[in-house]
Amino acid sequence: MVLEVDLNRLPQGTSPGDAMERALEVIRNRVDQFGVAEPLIARQGDRWLVVELPGVKDPERAIELIGKTALLEFKLVNDGIRISEILDSEGKVDPGRIPLGYEVLPGKREALFLVKEESEITGAALTNAKVEIGGQYNMPYVAIDFNKDGAKKFARITEINIERNLAIVLDGRVQSAPVIKSKIPDGHAIIEGNFTMEEAKNLAIVLRAGALPAPVNIIENRTVGPSLGRDSVRAGVVATGIGLICVMLFMVIYYRLSGLVVDLALILNLIILLGMMAYFRATLTLPGIAGIILIIGMSVDANVLIFERIREELRAGKTVRVAIDSGYQKAFRTIIDSNLTTLIAAAFLFQFGTGPVKGFAVTLSLGILISMFTALVVTHMVFDMVLVGKKVEKLSI
Amino acid sequence: MQFFGKTNFKFIEKRKKAFILSGLMILVSGYAIFHKGVNLGIDFTGGTLVQINFSQEIAVGGMRETLSRHELSGATIQKFPNTNVLIIRVKSWDVGPLEIVQKLTSIFQEEFPQNQFTIERNEVVGPVVGEYLKKRGIKSFLFAFLGIIIYVAWRFIGGIWGLAGVTALIHDVFITFGIFTILGKEITLPIVAALLTLAGYSINDTIVVYDRIRENIRLQYKKPLIEVINSSINETLSRTTMTSLTTLLVVLSIFILGGPVIHDFSFAILIGIFIGTYSSIFIASPLVYEWKVKKSR
Repeated sequence: MVLEVDLNRLPQGTSPGDAMERALEVIRNRVDQFGVAEPLIARQGDRWLVVELPGVKDPERAIELIGKTALLEFKLVNDGIRISEILDSEGKVDPGRIPLGYEVLPGKREALFLVKEESEITGAALTNAKVEIGGQYNMPYVAIDFNKDGAKKFARITEINIERNLAIVLDGRVQSAPVIKSKIPDGHAIIEGNFTMEEAKNLAIVLRAGALPAPVNIIENRTVGPSLGRDSVRAGVVATGIGLICVMLFMVIYYRLSGLVVDLALILNLIILLGMMAYFRATLTLPGIAGIILIIGMSVDANVLIFERIREELRAGKTVRVAIDSGYQKAFRTIIDSNLTTLIAAAFLFQFGTGPVKGFAVTLSLGILISMFTALVVTHMVFDMVLVGKKVEKLSI
Repeated sequence: MQFFGKTNFKFIEKRKKAFILSGLMILVSGYAIFHKGVNLGIDFTGGTLVQINFSQEIAVGGMRETLSRHELSGATIQKFPNTNVLIIRVKSWDVGPLEIVQKLTSIFQEEFPQNQFTIERNEVVGPVVGEYLKKRGIKSFLFAFLGIIIYVAWRFIGGIWGLAGVTALIHDVFITFGIFTILGKEITLPIVAALLTLAGYSINDTIVVYDRIRENIRLQYKKPLIEVINSSINETLSRTTMTSLTTLLVVLSIFILGGPVIHDFSFAILIGIFIGTYSSIFIASPLVYEWKVKKSR
C-alpha cells in the first residue's frame, strides 16, 4: 500500500520533513497495535509512505485504520444560534450568516453543528484511549484519559462552560456533542457516537497511536488473498521442482560423474539461498520463485563454462590434473565478467523496483553471488578432494 | 555426451542475413509498439484489478453485460481457462478506487445470488503512482544499460564492446516487447522484471562470447579477425547451447506447470532465451567485427 501525505494541508509552521517522520511514526504505532507479524513501513520520496502488511486477514479494516487522520478536537458549540438560522432558503449553509470565529461541521445523520473554529483541547494531550461498554444503551464507547496538563485544561474548560455543549470532533466530523453537566477534574472523558464494537476498537487504536500531521490518501493498494497466494506458490514450487530434476538428470547424462558435482553445487546453492531468504524473512512469493529458477540456470551456467573449458583442455592433450586447474583458471574471468554484468542489471532492478520486483532483484542478486561462490570454490574443492593423491588417467566428464 | 564436436560454422559471413532478419523484427515490433499501441497494465495506467473466484460456472459475456448495466462498461474481463476465476480490470478513475471492490461485491450479490465467490486479489494503483512506476521502469532500464556499457568498456578496454553488447540486448528487449504488444499481452510490473532478467541473461551470453574473442585475439594475433571471431563463437557454442537448454528446461516447466499468474512472466523469459542466444551469436559479435573492420580501413 502506498500512502500520499497531503502536505498542502499541513498546519502552519510544520516542516514537511518533520511531518513525514511523524506520519511514519504514527502509522508504525497503529500497525503495531493492530498486530501484524512482519510489517514494512518506509518512506518513499518526498511525500509517500509504503506500507506492507503480510498475512492481514481483514485488509479493509487495516486500510481504514491506517488511512484515518485521527485528529481529535474538542470544540465548544454555539448554543445562541440555532442551525436553521444560518441556512438559506434552499437549506444550504449560508457562509455569510456564520458568526466570526465559528464554523459549521457535519455530524452523524446529516446533522450540522455550529462550533468555534478554535479547538479547546486536542487529542495530542491524550495518554490513553480504551473501549468500554455501558452507558444508557449499553453501547461501546471510547474512554480517554488526558495527561496532567490536558487534565488541568479540561477541568478549566468544563468548569467555565457548564450547561454548554462541547462537540467532540474527529477528523472534522462531530461524533457527539454532550452537555457539560459539571466540572471534570480527573481528565477523564468518553466519546460516544453509536459505534459498533469494531469501530470503537479502531478509534481507540488510532487515538492511542496519535493523529497524523496531515491527511493521507491511499494511492496504491494491492491485496492478495491467502488462497491465491498458496495455490500459485504451490504450483510454482512444483514446477520448479520438476524443472530442477530435469536439469539434474540432464547434467548427469551430459557430464556423467562430473555432472554429479554440478548437481551437488545446485543443491548447495538452493539451500544457501533459501537459508538467506529465511534469514532476511523474505516471503516466498511468485517473483521469488522466478528468481530461484533463474539461479538454477545461472549456477548450471557457471559450471558448464568450467566443464567445457576442462573438456577443451583435455582435448588439447593435457593431463586430468592440469586440465581441471587450467579449466577453472580460464573460466574464472568469464564467470566474473558475465555474472557481474547481470549483477549490475539486478542492482538497478533493486534500486528502481517496487514491491515484488524488488524482492525478485534481491533473490537474483543473492543467487548470482552464491552461484559464483559454489562454482568457483566449492566444486573445485570437490574435484581436489576426490583426486587428491590419486593418479587419474581419465576423467568422467 | 556431446552435442557438438569441433565445429567450424561461418557465423560472421552470415551477418548480412542476420542484420536483415533483425531489422525486420525490429521494424515489425516498432510498428506494433508505436502504431497498435502498448497494452499497459494498471500498474502503469492506474486503475483497479479484482480477481474473483466463483463457486459456480460464470460466463465472461454475461459478466460484461452485467457490469455495463452497472456503469462499469470500461472494465476488461479475463477468465482463467478451466476455472471459475475472473479478473476484472477497471482503468478509469471516476469511481473511487477503493469503492470498486465494494461496488463489485454488491453487484455480484445482487445479480448472482446463487453463486458464492471470494475475492482473491485486489490491486489499486493511483494514476500518480502509475506515472511514477512508468518513470521508474524506464529509469531502471536506462541506468542498467549505462552501467553495463561502462563496466564492459572498462573490462574490455574499448567502448565498442559495451556498446555492441548493449545494442544486442536492447534488440532483445525491444523485440520481446514487440511480441508482447503484437499478442496484445499486458505489460505489468512483473513483465518489466522479466524484461530486465532477459536483459541480464542476454548480456551474460554475449560477455561469454566476447571474453573468448578477447582471449583469442591475444593468442592468435596473426590470424584475420573474421577467423578469430568465428572460431571463438564455435568454441563457446556448446556452452551457449547447454546453458540455453538448461535454462529452457526450467523456464519451460514453469511456463507449462507454474499456473496462470506467472505464465506471462515465464513466456517473456522464454522468448528472451531464444532471442538472447541468437543475438549474442549473430548480432553482438558481428557488430564488433564491423566496427573493427571499419576502423582499420
